[in-house]
Formats: sequence, C-alpha cells, structure tokens
Amino acid sequence: MLALFAEAGRIFIFLKNAILVGLTPPVFPRQILDQMLKIGYNSLPVVGLTAFFTGAVLALQIYIGGSRFNAESLVSSIVALGITRELGPVLAGLMVAGRIAASIAAELGTMRVTEQIDALVTLSTNPYRYLVAPRLIAAVICMPLLVSIADTIGIMGGYIIGTRSLGFNSGAYLKNTVDFLQFDDVSSGLIKSAVFGFIIALMGCYHGFNSKGGAQGVGRATTNAVVSASILILAANYLMTSLLFSE
Amino acid sequence: MSQPHIELTDVRKSFGPKHVLNGLSVKVDKGHSLVVIGGSGTGKSVMLKCILGILHPDAGSIRIDGEEVAGLTGGARDRFLARFGMLFQGAALFDSLPVWQNVAFRLIQGHNMARKQARDIAVEKLGQVGLGAEVADLFPAELSGGMQKRVGLARAVAADPEIIFFDEPTTGLDPIMADVINNLIVDCVKRLGATTISITHDMASARKIADDIAMIYKGKIIWQGAAETIDESGNPYVEQFIHGSAEGPIQMELLKP
Repeated sequence: MLALFAEAGRIFIFLKNAILVGLTPPVFPRQILDQMLKIGYNSLPVVGLTAFFTGAVLALQIYIGGSRFNAESLVSSIVALGITRELGPVLAGLMVAGRIAASIAAELGTMRVTEQIDALVTLSTNPYRYLVAPRLIAAVICMPLLVSIADTIGIMGGYIIGTRSLGFNSGAYLKNTVDFLQFDDVSSGLIKSAVFGFIIALMGCYHGFNSKGGAQGVGRATTNAVVSASILILAANYLMTSLLFSE
Repeated sequence: MSQPHIELTDVRKSFGPKHVLNGLSVKVDKGHSLVVIGGSGTGKSVMLKCILGILHPDAGSIRIDGEEVAGLTGGARDRFLARFGMLFQGAALFDSLPVWQNVAFRLIQGHNMARKQARDIAVEKLGQVGLGAEVADLFPAELSGGMQKRVGLARAVAADPEIIFFDEPTTGLDPIMADVINNLIVDCVKRLGATTISITHDMASARKIADDIAMIYKGKIIWQGAAETIDESGNPYVEQFIHGSAEGPIQMELLKP
C-alpha cells in the first residue's frame, strides 16, 4: 500500500516536470510531427479493425437480445450510442495503450540504459522538452482523431451487418442512427479519448524514463507501462463517465 | 595563484545504504587534463554525473571558476551545460538520428543553426576524428564500436566546449583502436585548449592523455599527482592498480569458493 502511494507520488513529480518544464519553449515541432505519425497514423489499421468488428458484433448481440422483447428496431441507435459514448474511446484507448505505451516505454527505456538521456542533458537539451512533451502533445491530439475515425468505422460495421445479414432497410437504419445521435454522445467520447491519450503517453514516458538494469529492466518498464495505462484508462473512463453524464 | 577551473570539495553521494562518494575532493587547473583511475564501482561515473547535475550530490561543493554549480536550475543550468562536452562509455549516440545530426545536435537544437550549415560543420568534425563524409548519413547502429566512439567524440567537441569529460573512452576497443582514440583525444583537447576530466581503468590510455592522474578508491581521492610521477607514487593502492595485481591492499569483495 505504501509502495502504491510512493509510486503515485513519483508519477506526480514526473507529471509536474513534464508540464512545468516540458511544455515551456523551446518546442520541437519536428518531434511532435514525428510522434503524431507514429501514434496516430500508424495506429489507424489496428484501431479501424477493432472498431469495425466491435460495431459488427454489437449489432448482432443487440439484435439477439432485442428480439426477446421485440425491440430489434433499436439496433442502429444502440450501436451508435454504444460506439460513440463508450466502446470507441475505450477500445481504441486500450489498443493504442498496447501499441504506443509499450513502444514509448521501450524506446525511452533503451535510451535511459544506454545513457542517451544523459547525453541529451550534456548537449543542453532538456529530455522533458525533447522526449516527453512531444509524445504527450501528439497523443492528446491524435487520440480524438483516431476515435472519431473509430466511431465512423464502428457504426459502419454495425450498418453492414444490420443491412446485409439482419435484414434492415439501409435508409431506415441510417436515419435511425442520425436521428438518435446527439452532439454530446460524440463529444463526450472525444473528450475521454484525449484524456486516454494523455494517460498512454504519460505512462509510456514515466516507465521508460525510470527503467534501469539493462534489457530486463526495459522489458519490465514496457509491461508496467501497458498494464498501468490500461488500468488507468478503465478507471478514468468510469470517473469521467460519472462526471460527464451526471446532469 | 589562479583559482582552479574545476574544484570539488568534500562531495558525498549515497544510493540508499551504499555510500558511493565519500567526501571526494579534487581540483583541475584550466587547460589541464586530469585522468581519474580506479576500479569498477568506486564512484568514477557518479563523480562526473554529479558535476553535470545529472545526479544531485547529498553534500559538498562543486565549483567551476569559483562559482558554485550544484543545484543550478533553468537558464543558468543551460548556460552552464553549454560549456561542456561529454563522451560516454557506450558513445550514447541517438540511434533515431543519422550520424551527422548526432554530431550537430547541439548546433541545431541549442544554437538554432540552419541544417545545411550544421551539416557542413558535422562533416568537418567527423573529418577531424578520421571519418569520411560518407559516414554522415549512416545510422549509429550501422557503425562499429570504434566508429561509434569517434562519432561520440566528434559530437562532444562539435560546439567547441571549454570542459570535456571522457567516460572510459577506450573500454571495449582493441589496443590499436584504443590508441587511435587516445591520439584523437589529445589532438582535440590541444586544439580547443579545453580542460578535461577522463575516467578510465586503462593505464596505457591514462599515461597517454593525462597531465595529472588521481586515483579514486571507495569514493575518495587517495592519491593525486603529475602523470610522470605515477610510477614513483609510493602509494600501495596506486602501485597495485597500475600493476594490475590481485595481491595488495585493495581486496575485491569476492566470495572464495
């Protein structure tokens, strides 16, 4: 229990440095663009596939469940709500946590144990500015973009199953989707996803920065980054949902 | 009497129960080359990292030109670090950047130099360590250990620093490449007129690049003198070290089988 608080304290100090030092000039636009490419663009396939299958399976399950009380007509609207409010951000967050928290932790961890981070310092470049800040910024920008694409693909997955194998009328399905969906449904999901992006980059950077002890230490940092990012995403998701939807 | 360029007084640093630096004091005059010798785990690297502020000493004072530098922050620390260059033991090249961007890193990021001009300087610095322009666009992983060390040296001297640290510059190299590196270090230091601290346990390297030699043992300097006098030190610890003998006052903490 004490160890947990000590870890939380270290993360908080790291966060403080990342924001107070990392987010001050000079900024490194090249690094930010590079990270956006890695975090955002390169995550598109995995996030897209996840969203497609999730939307498809959601349509199937709701159809099966809904048929028990003659509510099959709700399939399109529930798919849209489920994807935009919950499954889009959370599943994309978890997939990106697996990809990006791991790769950030492994990269920075290797830089730590091979003294590259110390070398940065001796070259008058603050590692919080050069390494941490670009990753945080890129993740916070990219996650909402990724999730808005995931939302679209997820709804499309439901639409394809709905119209091809469940026998819905294409026009009616789309009309129901659009009519029921409110701006809040989408925006709350996007706000969540920005926070998830921050969590992913922070955990990757924190564990990478503090890795020690060669290859084994880097391996441990990578595992810890993915596990802690995933759990924090799920916890933050509950917390934000209870805040954002408690009107 | 001019003040020493670098002066450490009674510096202490512990990691948990382990006292790594135990009241270490050492002085280096301007333009001098000090080589610190000592076994593994005696605190040599920790000493350099304390001076650079990568580690914070628990106690003691570190002065450059008489000015206390331990605990500098923000812009003052940036200006302080701008006077340094360091060659790391494993070269510590940034493996995401090609060689020339490694060498020109400080020029591009710190001095906002145009990339074209920075590249020209990088190629020139690579030439000074005996590497051709064709190496500039390779990545560090494509180079041999000796070439990485030379690129590391070029990076350390690229912005003409006044103080240079060498962390085990010859470790892991064959004797010939080690001597090549030693010569390059001597050349670079002479050209820049820099003050240097090197840490090594390679006596051949120490004799070649040192003006003064200091021996560190259990976190303290136990002997310091001119490089020529090392053979007549009269210090049993130094004698044992330079002759590389297992018999003597320094006992390795080994479990006897």
